[in-house]
Amino acid sequence: MNSVSRFLSRSVETQASEAGGQELVSLSNAGAQGEGRWLVRGVDLTVQQGEIVTLIGPNGSGKSTTAKLALGLLQADEGAARRRRNLVVGYVPQKVTIDWTLPLTVSRFMHLSGRVTREEAAEAMAATGVAHLGASEVRTLSGGEFQRVMLARAIARKPDLLVLDEPVQGVDFTGEIAIYELIRSIRDQLNCGVLLISHDLHVVMAATDRVVCLNGHVCCSGTPSDVASHQAYRELFGQRAASAIAIYEHNHDHTHLPDGRVRNVDGSISDSCSGHDHGGPSHDGPGHDGSGHDGHNHG
Amino acid sequence: MMDLGMMDLGMMDIIMDDFFTRALIAGVGVALVAGPLGCIVVWRRLAYFGDTLSHAALVGVALALLLQVSIPLAVFGVSLMVALMLFLLQRGTAISADAILGLLSHTALAMGLVVLAFMSGTQVDLLGLLFGDILAVSVTDIVTIYLGGGAVLLCLALVWRPLFAATVSPEIAEAEGGKPSRVNLIFTVLMAGAIAIALKIVGALLITALLIIPAAAARRFARGPEMMAVLSSLIGAAAVILGLNGSLAWDTPSGPSIVLAAVLFFLIGISPLARLFRRGAADPSSERAS
Repeated sequence: MNSVSRFLSRSVETQASEAGGQELVSLSNAGAQGEGRWLVRGVDLTVQQGEIVTLIGPNGSGKSTTAKLALGLLQADEGAARRRRNLVVGYVPQKVTIDWTLPLTVSRFMHLSGRVTREEAAEAMAATGVAHLGASEVRTLSGGEFQRVMLARAIARKPDLLVLDEPVQGVDFTGEIAIYELIRSIRDQLNCGVLLISHDLHVVMAATDRVVCLNGHVCCSGTPSDVASHQAYRELFGQRAASAIAIYEHNHDHTHLPDGRVRNVDGSISDSCSGHDHGGPSHDGPGHDGSGHDGHNHG
Repeated sequence: MMDLGMMDLGMMDIIMDDFFTRALIAGVGVALVAGPLGCIVVWRRLAYFGDTLSHAALVGVALALLLQVSIPLAVFGVSLMVALMLFLLQRGTAISADAILGLLSHTALAMGLVVLAFMSGTQVDLLGLLFGDILAVSVTDIVTIYLGGGAVLLCLALVWRPLFAATVSPEIAEAEGGKPSRVNLIFTVLMAGAIAIALKIVGALLITALLIIPAAAARRFARGPEMMAVLSSLIGAAAVILGLNGSLAWDTPSGPSIVLAAVLFFLIGISPLARLFRRGAADPSSERAS
């Protein structure tokens, strides 16, 4: 754990105990193995009520695995995952394949799990802008429509925790911004916690309270501006991605190897970058690219 | 049961006197049960799984003859054991389900045939076991089919909602508080039950066909999963009536005749003729994977 996430998790624990059970789900030092190798290790993560936490990271960095640990779809091989009791979850997985032999209309799909009234379903569909699609078959929807339907289904349950795995795949850029706006307004209305997974950086960061940057382990975490200015983040996503959010100079102190391990500045190799102090991104980056990034304030 | 129905002549109504009527009643009962189960099999792409269970039915028959117990009961037991084995294998290992099923399916078929061959003395009607035999339907069979089938349908109705959710997406179902592995287990038990009662009508080799062909035919006319389940039952029942009549007229084995009748309905479904019945239903031929 680096200093930032250490600080964050500490402050989160205090907040949670003060607020009395606001913490919806938490992973502590959680890791999961798949076929003899670690998919992800040492993840500390908390989602509280009313908070949007975003997991970013390259392909294969363990984002979906982390979400599955949080949901209990995977059991942690080390560390622990805790969920609040009677937590109502709304889940939008990365991939849902509907076989062509299955005649599934959008309105039937809305009632997939649990009891959802007709009004609740209609409300949720109106909120995500798919009210007109009720009679359409799920298979015939476009990528963007399908994502909105998935989102509508998940929020119709009035969840305490919404877990969205790549909710903007197959959506064009304007649609993407609209969906993130939608997620934010859903959070405001339901006051639910949101765990969001994304590999696009620019837009998602703006709509987020807290960002956790993964690459087989937690590279860095904090407010979007903190993470954007963080060297580990820049190394993962390149200078251009970083400059989209903030321009900040920082010294390299470790390199990510292809197997997920880390070569530190002194040439030693370790399992993660967490043991090394990154200097802390708590200082303000100069020259934020201001347009559309008001999300910083949420941190 | 291997008794030829004639033994029950005295105790039943005049309607039951006719072997053909008995066959119709039994066949329709099996088709009604096979409809909704077949839909789940098709949606989940479990055709091979169904094959494995029904081939295991032959081993069940052999066992029943050896131990002198009721055939449907032994078939149910053996199919259930194979199903549970598959259930555990698929959970615990990374071996492709396809390969496991292929191996088990044909092992069960071969084993059943070999064991039955050893019993040539007991006059096993092998063709009847493989392809179904309308002559062999007794009143006891009908009672078994309607009691067993009724129980299967009742259980299916009770778990339908979570079972359907687990079919569309096991991950969503589990994340949102469902118990997909529990409903999958129940579904497995129901499949074994359906196979036990279907064996006599269509035979071990064609049970899967009775499950999936009416479901596939119903797909073209259905606007929702529940509608497809009901239509599948009705199409199956119609196929039984048509197939048994054909079987009687041309002296063909009952199972293949029923299956061909079901295929006929499927063909009608995909022909341009069907468009007349299908107004309002979304066209399933537009291929768009979601």
